[in-house]
Amino acid sequence: MRHTISVQVENKFGVLSRVAGLFSGRGYNIESISVGETLDPKISVMTIVTRGENQIVEQINKQLNKLIDVIKVQDLFDVDHVEREMVLIKIAPPQEQKAEVLRLAEIFRGRVVDSSPKTYTIEITGDEKKIEAFLELVKPMGVKEFVRSGKIAIAREKSKG
Amino acid sequence: MKVSGAEIVVESLKKEGVTHIFGYPGGVVLNLFDYLYDAKGIKLLLTRHEQGATHMADGYARSTGKVGVALVTSGPGATNTVTGIATAAMDSIPIVVLTGQVPTMLIGNDAFQEADIVGITRPCTKYNYLVKNIDDLADTIREAFHIASTGRPGPVLIDLPRDISAGMGNFNWPEKVQIRSYNPTVEGNRKMIEKAAEEIAKSKKPVIIAGGGVILSNASEDLRELAELTQIPVTTTLMGIGSFPSVHPLSLGMPGMHGTYYANMAIQESDLIVAIGMRFDDRVTGKISAFAPHATIVHIDIDPTSIRKNVHVDIPIVGDSKNVLTTLNQIVKAGQKTQWGEIRKAWLKQLDDWKELKPMCYRYSDTIIKPQFVIEKLYEATGGDAIITTEVGQNQMWAAQFFKFDKPRTFLSSGGLGTMGYGFPAAIGAQVAFPDKTVIDIAGDGSIQMNIQELATAVVYELPVKVAILNNRYLGMVRQWQELFFKERYSHSHLNTVPDFVKVAEAYSAVGLRAEKPSEVEPVIREALKTKKPVFMDFVIDWKEKVFPMVPAGAAIDQMMFDEEEPKKEARHKKLKAVK
Ligand SMILES: Cc1ncc(C[n+]2csc(CCOP(=O)(O)OP(=O)(O)O)c2C)c(N)n1
Ligand SMILES: [Mg+2]
Repeated sequence: MRHTISVQVENKFGVLSRVAGLFSGRGYNIESISVGETLDPKISVMTIVTRGENQIVEQINKQLNKLIDVIKVQDLFDVDHVEREMVLIKIAPPQEQKAEVLRLAEIFRGRVVDSSPKTYTIEITGDEKKIEAFLELVKPMGVKEFVRSGKIAIAREKSKG
Repeated sequence: MKVSGAEIVVESLKKEGVTHIFGYPGGVVLNLFDYLYDAKGIKLLLTRHEQGATHMADGYARSTGKVGVALVTSGPGATNTVTGIATAAMDSIPIVVLTGQVPTMLIGNDAFQEADIVGITRPCTKYNYLVKNIDDLADTIREAFHIASTGRPGPVLIDLPRDISAGMGNFNWPEKVQIRSYNPTVEGNRKMIEKAAEEIAKSKKPVIIAGGGVILSNASEDLRELAELTQIPVTTTLMGIGSFPSVHPLSLGMPGMHGTYYANMAIQESDLIVAIGMRFDDRVTGKISAFAPHATIVHIDIDPTSIRKNVHVDIPIVGDSKNVLTTLNQIVKAGQKTQWGEIRKAWLKQLDDWKELKPMCYRYSDTIIKPQFVIEKLYEATGGDAIITTEVGQNQMWAAQFFKFDKPRTFLSSGGLGTMGYGFPAAIGAQVAFPDKTVIDIAGDGSIQMNIQELATAVVYELPVKVAILNNRYLGMVRQWQELFFKERYSHSHLNTVPDFVKVAEAYSAVGLRAEKPSEVEPVIREALKTKKPVFMDFVIDWKEKVFPMVPAGAAIDQMMFDEEEPKKEARHKKLKAVK
């Protein structure tokens, strides 16, 4: 099963390496990891996407908790949450498909963030399904490269009542 | 008023109650050494290798329960501590290792004797620090000792750039430590403990497996109370040796790969396992899928990651063994009267039958020294009143099997990492803590050579450590595996030349003694114990001797091999005084 785990850590020197080292040292897989500051600049949040049997994921959660610099671990698997990822795609479509690429970008609410005589760079934000779907569609149209941000996620606020 | 970084470091150590540091100097720690030159109330012992220093700190910690401290220089000094740190990490031993580092402005430049020791030791420390600001020194040291000694203990490293120890800063000793992200769970969940008590009352065939956690949390008395109260037999893992008296009628000795027949049978037949401060190491469980097939498992451990890591657990209890056992005992005592003796009668009878059927034993010989005989004699000569350390290999297993321990913190052995070269420096560390106690390293001829240089340390500081070398001219445990599982192809396990250990001892101004016949064993031991100096006892033993019982790697723990080598009639089959 794939789990998205949100980890609050002390924003200290070496903390990313402690978390990454935990995964590599114990042979857990990481699909993506992204890190950023929070409201409190002393705290960062890492969003980690990992995959494994239940017992492994239970261990991952516990091992993360055990790290001295980890303040809080929240496995979002059973939690209602919002996920987003961003991808930047550089694409060099043949002349006759240029318009189609732009049309697709619009359908996906993407933006052209750079262009050159031969290429467009398009930014798409969304959940994983949306990003995968877009990549699928444009792949035959001359994708040169793309970069993904890795997922970030946040639990939904419970609505009252 | 500003004081030097070196002063802050040393005075902070003193605030933490440190009286002894094991160390080795070098360029970037000279300010620290200079301050130590005439510092009062704290003594640095100069070792002969930084690995030795970390093992000494470890032996000091295991024998006392206090935090052991090592201080070394940057680069090679720091990297030499890695094995000692990893050894302490695997066995949850509280030590603080201070390493020098190149000046802050040179870090990352491949400066002379620079090593990224914080990076190197990240996976084998509980936590580590690079101090970048002198004013953080006192807080860092306070935190380091707190982290090393609480929760599941472990090694902490503090990397000290030269400009930090050489510079000037403010010394404000923090009275309290508060780390918001570090709050080990000490009290067990009461509901779970109640459930455990119910299981104990229901069980017909319970076994306690006690590990190093019982010793680390000073819970031996509570363990004994539980076992006696509820009449549950106790098996102690290698790390748990000493947590329960080996001669107690409820003792089953050690389980696992070289465990006793009756401990392994008891586990396999049990309907309830109460695992306390142990982590189901593969050397204990053997084939996991066949481990304790009928048992409900209660697991008490302070480290949540130890629970359900490799075996299924029915009743997990995260907490300090001492706290949990105290509560459990209260609950059991307050509960309805149970005729414990009655309900356990059949089970205890079964265990006695197993003990009778296959006791721990070995073949005695009049002509050639058997290693087990040496250990028996060591036990007799000391009356068991000694701190025993071991190296790794057959020597370690024979020591665990044949010496008898009735007190915690008297058996120091590298269990998790299995570090050859651990025992001798660990013995020195223990002797520093207990100058008047008998401290004996039960060693192999291979292992002792891994830190033999520390004999100089023992001699210089007049530490009368005794080393019993079980000299089989082989990396015996390797040879045993090759004999049993590699068609007797003894690839690189014969040591060819073993030094003359008597002469080695003499060369260091220590005492060397040798026994070549069984009749010489006891006199050599008596002589050594009388001697007020470090002694190497060279016991020339039967190189063919193997450690039994043995569970082959990957087999279930009831699949034990026994010594079938010699025809029974040719040798006097000697039973040990029964471990009833
Ligand atoms: C540092 C280290 N290297 C290698 C090993 C693998 N090893 C385990 S036991 C052993 C043989 C030990 O020989 P010796 O000290 O003579 O003990 P014996 O088994 O003969 O009693 C070896 C090489 C180890 N445990 N530690
Ligand atoms: Mg040997």
